[in-house]
Amino acid sequence: MIKLEAIHKYYGTAAQRLHVLKGIDLHIEPGEMVAIMGSSGSGKSTLLNIIGLLDGFDRGQYQLDGKRIHRLRESDAARLRNRCIGFVFQSFNLLPFKNALENVALPLFYQNVGRRQRNARAQQYLEMVGLGNRGTSMPNQLSGGQKQRVAIARALVTQPKVLLADEPTGALDSVTTGEIMALFRQVHQQGNTLVIVTHEADVAARCQRRIVLQDGLIASPALEHTQM
Amino acid sequence: MFSIDGLQEILYTIKHNKLRTGLTAFGVFWGIFMLILLQGAGKGLLNGVSSRFANDVQDSLWIFPRRTSMPYMGYNANRNIVFTESDMDAIRRQIPIVRHLSSENTTGSFGSSIVVAYGSRTANASVFGVSDQYFDIKSLIEIRHGRPLNRLDQLQGRKIGFIGTRVAEQLLPPGQDPIGQRISINGISIVVGGVFWDKGQQGRMSERIYLPLSTFKNIFGGGDRLGLLTLRPTADSDPYTLADQTAQLLRQRHHIAPEDKRAIWVINIAEQLRETKALFAAIEGFIWFVGFGTLTAGIVGVSNIMLITVRERTREIGVRKALGAGPGAIIGPLLLESVLVTGFAGYFGLVVGVGLIELVAYLFQSLGLRNDLFVNPEVDFRIAITALAVLMSSGLLAGLAPALKAARISPVEAMRADAQ
Repeated sequence: MIKLEAIHKYYGTAAQRLHVLKGIDLHIEPGEMVAIMGSSGSGKSTLLNIIGLLDGFDRGQYQLDGKRIHRLRESDAARLRNRCIGFVFQSFNLLPFKNALENVALPLFYQNVGRRQRNARAQQYLEMVGLGNRGTSMPNQLSGGQKQRVAIARALVTQPKVLLADEPTGALDSVTTGEIMALFRQVHQQGNTLVIVTHEADVAARCQRRIVLQDGLIASPALEHTQM
Repeated sequence: MFSIDGLQEILYTIKHNKLRTGLTAFGVFWGIFMLILLQGAGKGLLNGVSSRFANDVQDSLWIFPRRTSMPYMGYNANRNIVFTESDMDAIRRQIPIVRHLSSENTTGSFGSSIVVAYGSRTANASVFGVSDQYFDIKSLIEIRHGRPLNRLDQLQGRKIGFIGTRVAEQLLPPGQDPIGQRISINGISIVVGGVFWDKGQQGRMSERIYLPLSTFKNIFGGGDRLGLLTLRPTADSDPYTLADQTAQLLRQRHHIAPEDKRAIWVINIAEQLRETKALFAAIEGFIWFVGFGTLTAGIVGVSNIMLITVRERTREIGVRKALGAGPGAIIGPLLLESVLVTGFAGYFGLVVGVGLIELVAYLFQSLGLRNDLFVNPEVDFRIAITALAVLMSSGLLAGLAPALKAARISPVEAMRADAQ
């Protein structure tokens, strides 16, 4: 599903370049649930952004679902993000002036899906995350856990090939973290591919496979593949 | 992206930024309002100036005899010049480029009126005696009833008059057919042959009665004297050449020094018109300049506010991009928002501006206010539409820079910007 080979990424100007990713090789199969760990500054968010087509890379090869990704035009990147990738963020990033249902339906809006069908599918996914009766609530009326559930429903509504989560539990307490992880597991069991960036060991422990980044390189292959 | 859904997105953002949108809209409203108001006021001024022109044909010359200002060929200065029939003969004979030639005599000093009567009703009117061809030169006056004076009236010295609407209104009872009515001028009975309207001097030129010159002289005397001469050049000539040639001939015949500019006064309508048109153009240019200045201020305001909008919504735009909004989906709504705001505000300004001008025009009319320099303020519909089109495209332009800026926002940067 995701195939990274010798990915390099620099930040900054030519004079003062920061070598963030120093040759990442990573294969993620369809249906895997992978945690990317690492201390802050290890490049794990950068890696996620590259996988999510939010950011480009300077050297290396990237294949997403068999398609070679190379210097995409902004509009093509947007279309791929819309159809292949679902994002879940640490700070939820719900649009504050739209209710839960409208937030979930938003990616479908960018696919030019009609309003009725959009709302029907959004409602379906809200029910899946257990918020079927909160469709008309505005984000500021929801708890953190509920917001993240809405965000997960929004990420899944386009039936993406990969779900990318950047510190999805970073802003949640431990009980809610457990609930959200349970939801991720449920999503995983339905056959979805998940990549979760986290620095919390117990979150990572609930994933199928863990990848630790250190100074822009994958540090310990030994830690990979513990059976769940 | 210009779908109903897109529109709803925009209405959302407008609704959630009422004050800001309102202030922006006010800038545009004010711009177009001032533009329309200036246009209206300018039009009033132009109408005022142009209503001073009579229904004179644009190539006509009006030549007035005055008084010499320098001695010449043994004649003293301060000598009164008097035109006569023989001057007309000489012009006809010696200047081939004359197309029409006529003359005009008035009672007393120029334009002073006398009392005329119809039965027991009376009116004040200026009475003019005019030669043949006079109405070939004053050919643009509107004939409301009957006909102007013709050659036979002149030759036979008929007691027939061509009267202005203002005279007819005062003299004749309403509904009375004026043709064939007998009015009394200095005790002499004159038959009304026609009624005309002349907008010159705000319609005061319609307070006139024209008689055949011979009839006029029978009533008022005056001998051989002619009050003024009026001419038109042939089609292949021009009024400037004709004015020079005629003035030269008359100077020669009346022994006026060539350098004496005051003895003969030539009004060249073409020249006056040219000067006035230049003035019109200057005023109009100035009005557009000021109006566009105000409008530009409004547009810059819109652009500015849109920039702030984009900045404030950076994070939202980043999220939208992460969710799959392409550049078009980001640019479209911002442009549409800009155009909608400018369009609506501009239209509102247009309506209020036109309304105010109509109100002023109405007040002028109903209160009977009249000012020679300000008549009928009005807005050319075409100008209003042009202004609106300019407005919409400037709205587009105003939104363009901010929208493109928004399209360039990197989603990574945007979402890193500040945690909610």
